[in-house]
Formats: sequence, structure tokens, C-alpha cells
Amino acid sequence: MCTYATTVLDVDGSAKGKIGWFSTTQATVYFDHPVHLARGHALMVDLSNPSQGPSARVGLELSPESAHSLAMAILEALDAVPPVLLEVEGATA
Amino acid sequence: MRGDLTATTITISGANGDQVEAYFATPSDSLPRGSVVVIHHLPGYDAATKEITRRFAAEGFAAICPNLYSREAPGADPDDAAATARALGGVPDERLVGDVAGAAAFLRTQPASNGAVGVIGYCSGGRQSVLAACSLDLQAAVDCYGAFVVADVPGGFPFAFTKLTPLFEHLSCPLLGLFGAEDQFPSPEQNAEMASLLEAHGKSFTSHTFDGAGHAFFATDRPSYRPEVATRAWGIVLDFFGTHLIGA
Repeated sequence: MCTYATTVLDVDGSAKGKIGWFSTTQATVYFDHPVHLARGHALMVDLSNPSQGPSARVGLELSPESAHSLAMAILEALDAVPPVLLEVEGATA
Repeated sequence: MRGDLTATTITISGANGDQVEAYFATPSDSLPRGSVVVIHHLPGYDAATKEITRRFAAEGFAAICPNLYSREAPGADPDDAAATARALGGVPDERLVGDVAGAAAFLRTQPASNGAVGVIGYCSGGRQSVLAACSLDLQAAVDCYGAFVVADVPGGFPFAFTKLTPLFEHLSCPLLGLFGAEDQFPSPEQNAEMASLLEAHGKSFTSHTFDGAGHAFFATDRPSYRPEVATRAWGIVLDFFGTHLIGA
């Protein structure tokens, strides 16, 4: 099915895609039919910058298990960062 | 010679007079023919959908597939265009109807057109095919496993689609539904409800639910592809369009 299950959020980052490095301003997260991964459904993440056109996008297609592991790894990595670094970076943003 | 065809990218006038990219395939002969509007799935105006469009031309129909994401992502790769459209909440129903209307009008102006136009859609396009058939003067419609025809999209998503049941009384043509028994969106129960509601309105609705198949059994480039089911279903589609677009 097309789940239509979609979350769109603002992000501050950079990604490297078809057009090279670009600033990312938006992430879209959804569970639907992948383009490339050989599964019926996948957890998909698009990191993009709509102001630079549709090609300013990095797409991820992950199995549910992989997506969960990745999400946990991201949280663990952030949890391991000394708070002072997060505060410093946040203060300069 | 049957099977000979010409296929090319053109521009048509869609909703609000917008110029919309479309893929047009037509038999090489000049015999009178019926026509088909092909509505692509949510993942986009892609190679597989163009292949379907060419198949109809090879079978003797003129066929056109509008790029429903022309406005958001002109010239973009299909996957990038689909991602852009998704983030913006998908294709509004009113715009979809206008684009299909433009595609049908284009087909009817072709010299070999017999005036009969059908519509077929896959996945999200299945729902949109029903929507078009309930909104426009068409001669046949096929819904291939379209979800949210009789059930609303869950809340909290950036899509504003609604179920189509209030429009059923306006269905303008015979409707064929092709579904997988293992699909839950739409589920066999939802398809039964669809049949019951259409029957109550006195509409012509024929459906086939295939065992051993789930969603997207026509999709040759996806693991959901079921060759035996797809082959049978293609035959059903061609017979249906042959009856209503040529034999009528």
C-alpha cells in the first residue's frame, strides 16, 4: 500500500547528493514503497533543501530493523557527547 | 502491424490550464481506436509506468500518462519528484481531476480517436482513477489496488485525501477493480464495502481479488510483482477496455 504515513520536519545540516554538498533544511520520514531497496515497504528518509530544487535531496531506504538500529545509534551517539559541546555549538548557532 | 507504436513526451493543458508534461503512446496505424489515461503511482512518473503506457499502445489503444508532479518538480528524476510532491502533501484531488480531464480532452482530439476514453491507475492512482471516473465523463475505469477509496487517510499526515464514497453516485462509467487477497490497504473487506455501496447506487462494478497476491502485483520492478496474477489481470483489463472503449 501507499501508507501516506509521512512526517516532515525542519533540520539544520548538510548532505552530499547528486548536486554535491548542500545545506539541508528539511527532512521527510515515511514508510512506503522503496524505489531501490528490494522490499515491499521501507522506512524512508529524505534530507533535502527545497529552495535548491528536487535534486537537492539525499534519500535513504532502510529495512525497519535497520532504521531502528540507526535511530538508536544516533541517539546513543548524541547521548555520548559531552554536554558542554552541545551547549557551545547551540550557543553559536 | 499490431504492436507497432510511437511514444513521446508531450505537453498538455491540465488543471487551471497549467502546462503538464505527459507521456503519450499511440499505435502506428490510423485505425479508429479507444484511448486510456494512465495514472501513475505515488512513487512517480517512472519507467515502469511509461512501460505500462506503451503496452496499451501495443494493444491498440492510444494512451497517455500525465506527470502529476510536473508543477512541483519539472524535469526532475521521478524519485526526486515524488519525494518533493510527498513533502508538499501529494496531489490535490481537484488538480488530479483537472489533469485527467486535460489528458482525456487531448486523446479525444486525436484523428484516430473514437471518442471513448478510459482511465486506469495503480496504487494511489487506483483511488485517483475512481475519483476521475466519479468526476468526469469517461467510458471505463480501472482501479488497481487503490487504498482509501472507502476509508479516510489516518489523521496527522500532510495529506488531505478523503474517502470517495460520497462521490459514488456520480460514477460515470463501468468500473473494474483489481485487488490482491493479501493486501490490507485496500483490504478485502473494504473492497466488499465498495462493491456494496456502488451496487446500491446501481453502478456497474466488477472486481477480481487474486489469491497469492498483495499490493502492487503489476509492478514488474518490485518484489510485490506476481507474474501469473499480473498476466491474468492484464488480460482482464484489455478485455474490459476492449468492451467499453472499442466494442461499445
